[in-house]
Amino acid sequence: MSRIELININKYYGDNHVLKDLTLTIEDGDFMTLLGPSGCGKTTTLRVISGLERPQGGVMLIDGKEAINAEKAFYLEPSKRGLNLVFQSYALWPHMTVFENIAFGLKIQKLPKAEVTRRVKDALKMMRIDEFEGRYPNELSGGQQQRVAIARAVASNPRLLLLDEPLSNLDARLRIDMRSELLRLHRDLGTTIIYVTHDQVEALTMSTRIALFKAGELSQVSTPVELYMNPTDLQAADFIGNPRINFLEGRAEMESGGLRVRSPLGEHLFPKEDMTDEAVPQGEFPVVVAVRPEQIRIETKETPGCLPVTVYANQPAGSETLVSLQAGKSDFLAKQLGLVHYKINQQLYVHIPPEKINIYNAESTRLLKRARLDAADLPS
Amino acid sequence: MSKKVRKRVRKYITIFFRVRKKGRIHVKRGKIRYPITKERLKNQFLNVVRNPFNMIVFFSLIILFCLIVIPLLQMVASTFTAAKSEIRRIGGKPGDFTLYYWRYILLSNMSQSTLWDPLKNSLIVGLFTVLVSVPLGSVLGWLIVRSDIPGKKLLGMLVVIPYMIPSWCKALSWLAVFRNERSGALGFLAGLGLQIPDWLAYGPIAIVLCMSLHYYAFSYINVSSALRSINSELEEMGEICGATKPQILKSITLPLVLPSILSSIIMTLSKSIGTYGVAANLGNRIGYYTLATKMKVFISDGPRNVGYAMSLVLIGLAALIIFSNQRIIGVRKSYATIGGKGGRSTDMKLGKAKKPLMAFLVLFLFLAMVMPMFILVMETFQVTTGNGYGPENLTLYNWIGTVDQAQKYTSYPGIFQNDEFGRSLWNTVRLTFIGSLITALCGQFLGYISTRGRGRWYGSLTEQLVFIPYLMSGVAFSTMYFAMFSRPHLGGLIPSLYGTFTLIVLTSVVKHFPFASRSGTANMMQISTELEEAATINGASFWQRMRKIVLPLAKNGFVSGFMLTFISIAKELDLIIIMMDKKTQTMSYLAFTYSQEGYNQMADAISVCVLTFILVCYIIANRFGADIGKSW
Repeated sequence: MSRIELININKYYGDNHVLKDLTLTIEDGDFMTLLGPSGCGKTTTLRVISGLERPQGGVMLIDGKEAINAEKAFYLEPSKRGLNLVFQSYALWPHMTVFENIAFGLKIQKLPKAEVTRRVKDALKMMRIDEFEGRYPNELSGGQQQRVAIARAVASNPRLLLLDEPLSNLDARLRIDMRSELLRLHRDLGTTIIYVTHDQVEALTMSTRIALFKAGELSQVSTPVELYMNPTDLQAADFIGNPRINFLEGRAEMESGGLRVRSPLGEHLFPKEDMTDEAVPQGEFPVVVAVRPEQIRIETKETPGCLPVTVYANQPAGSETLVSLQAGKSDFLAKQLGLVHYKINQQLYVHIPPEKINIYNAESTRLLKRARLDAADLPS
Repeated sequence: MSKKVRKRVRKYITIFFRVRKKGRIHVKRGKIRYPITKERLKNQFLNVVRNPFNMIVFFSLIILFCLIVIPLLQMVASTFTAAKSEIRRIGGKPGDFTLYYWRYILLSNMSQSTLWDPLKNSLIVGLFTVLVSVPLGSVLGWLIVRSDIPGKKLLGMLVVIPYMIPSWCKALSWLAVFRNERSGALGFLAGLGLQIPDWLAYGPIAIVLCMSLHYYAFSYINVSSALRSINSELEEMGEICGATKPQILKSITLPLVLPSILSSIIMTLSKSIGTYGVAANLGNRIGYYTLATKMKVFISDGPRNVGYAMSLVLIGLAALIIFSNQRIIGVRKSYATIGGKGGRSTDMKLGKAKKPLMAFLVLFLFLAMVMPMFILVMETFQVTTGNGYGPENLTLYNWIGTVDQAQKYTSYPGIFQNDEFGRSLWNTVRLTFIGSLITALCGQFLGYISTRGRGRWYGSLTEQLVFIPYLMSGVAFSTMYFAMFSRPHLGGLIPSLYGTFTLIVLTSVVKHFPFASRSGTANMMQISTELEEAATINGASFWQRMRKIVLPLAKNGFVSGFMLTFISIAKELDLIIIMMDKKTQTMSYLAFTYSQEGYNQMADAISVCVLTFILVCYIIANRFGADIGKSW
């Protein structure tokens, strides 16, 4: 319900340049995830948007109206920005009951008592914590406190909902449950959501768009599918994907028909349509061949166009099996669905679809050749 | 003007007015330069002024400055200003600059008895108190925390009780035991027929022993908490390596607690040098003066500015000691165990030494706590002190007798019938309640500013300012306030507070700022900033945040801080002695006066009342979770 534009935001903590010329637009109704490793500036960005921190430079517009103008030293108060925030530590007030926690903001707005009660009960019902109304936060489990924190944030009907790593304090099973709750919440409320996390699985499963941070700057902003299939540089490719993407060394040369790449996977000619806009160096240059573990098809019999490999290790993990393979001096990991038992040093044959391979310029680390997305990859 | 000079002049004008050729002034802000416009200035001003927190910090800093820095500067100025009473000797007119007072204490033929002898005595007393109390407290700490002595819980509690008893009370019980004919009345031992020499009953030995039995508590608490935080596995390792117990003590335990021992030495030294009550009770009657007691004489009898100069000497001495503490100990305030599980503790077996050490402990407690108190209490029932406890010598007169019932010549009725006592009791209650309430509130405020301003300039400045009263001994501090507020200021806006109860409350409050602020800081740290941020996001203003979030959560910490300040103010004598008179006197002052006048039983009776009052407060404070170890 709210469109946020960050323009050239610069934030310093003393001499530390935490946010560098950040420009980002979050569309109305987006579920935008700010993703990145610890210390990259994503929580700072969230706090700047919420008004708890003041950037030294830049402009922020909410629905076209100025909320931050650093040059004019104008910073709109947090309460006037139409947003609410769920803290990582929940920040529930220990001396108030669940009801009072949720009702706090509504009472400040001087809403009539009946309205306050109605809204609190709605929020409790939405988060399915009706029976905890009279309890105190320290009488609740972590997951229940989490729900109260979210209920408190949505009770005021914010146009923009900010969440700061809300699931990081929960155990693995609870996290999966809460993820589906948040997805439904987004669909039911229609609010714009900005979500901060370092967990890429959360980012991939819940967002409409992901902003990948790298040391205070934006590395890539795109849909989850696009980010997963075509990370713009080696660092992004390494960060996204579990298990990690496979990197192999190769050498490439631009030809009239396309990009010819020689690597442990063999020799490939990639067509020009699959190339990105990055400048390609003259002559032969080193590249990194990147391929996802699940794209590697393992066969026990030799077929035309396949690569012979030996098994280095085999890890059956219940729903899938991770197989470490060796081709010549190169190692890579393959992921196969279901339980499969390969023996160590067993001879196998792998087939890797070339359109799913990403090629990176080894020196500039940028993406040169994209992977093609099938209809199956895109959300319907 | 030559071209070169003109160029330079222009350069300086540019720098001075920061005007550039284009006519706009640029300001650097976090490496970003912005032109100064009206709108920017207006917004910046509003940003600061609209936030009540900033305004509170601003006013607090001003008030702190006025309450702490200005009185100090004022007192320094007084020592260089001729007062009306000395004009005859100095010449000129009142208000002139003069070195008379400093010459008086440093270079005149009065200096020896005014400054140098008392200074020497203060240092001697301080040094020997340290020599006695620090080993005593450390050994006690080690015995109770580390050894397998039986009855630890009880012993741990009992060992701290003597500290609850005000030091001047201990001086009175010392007198009750050791008083000889010189005082006109006999003490317990003299009454038994023993010849008590003067050098035992009064003077440095008495002062040192009395103060040691009081200030050992610093060493005890410091060393015992250091030992508690150090993993006993360090010592067990020594045992496994084959070291004997004395070797372990010397090579492992002692170095580990050295920082806390050093810190106790510093605290004990600075406190004992500045002590008034004990030194006055036990030293004045034989002419043994310390810096603190001599200073009081000058303040009461004049010339006052000489007293102020002496107070500055005291303050300088204390500052020297405390800052050398920072130098010597530096960052290594304590050795906490690195790594491992830490904190687990098995006791060291005392073996053959157990019985003698137990005996030592019991003897210590008996001498430090039981006997003096017993004798003090008994003396309140005696007609003639030192005359034994036979029925003909026992009476309730000192408590409830009226003048016509007097058996001995005395002009005062029993304390419960004595109007003066009633008034002093009321004054004590008034002072402690009002004083600790105000102090505790201020402490919470100061704590809030210190924690929310952690790392910022105003947070550190607040902490530094608030620490200053700690540097000064009670008498020095109150002298400073006496100097400042005995005259009207700001053309009558602040009237002279001479002889008023307000001055005493003000002095008590500010002197306890360091403690209250520390307690407030600890309390506020428990309230995470995120709780306040969540309130801000939900639309709460600063005052709504304070009322609905911070205050409810700070309540419990406030109560325990309040109780501990309460007890500290109730014990106080040194701080208030300078400013008290018949109208405003508290119980401690009255007891002191009676003792000086020779009404020993009355003085003792009042002390017993004060003691009861304090003990009751401690019990209540403990119920609220207050920690005795933090009460100084």
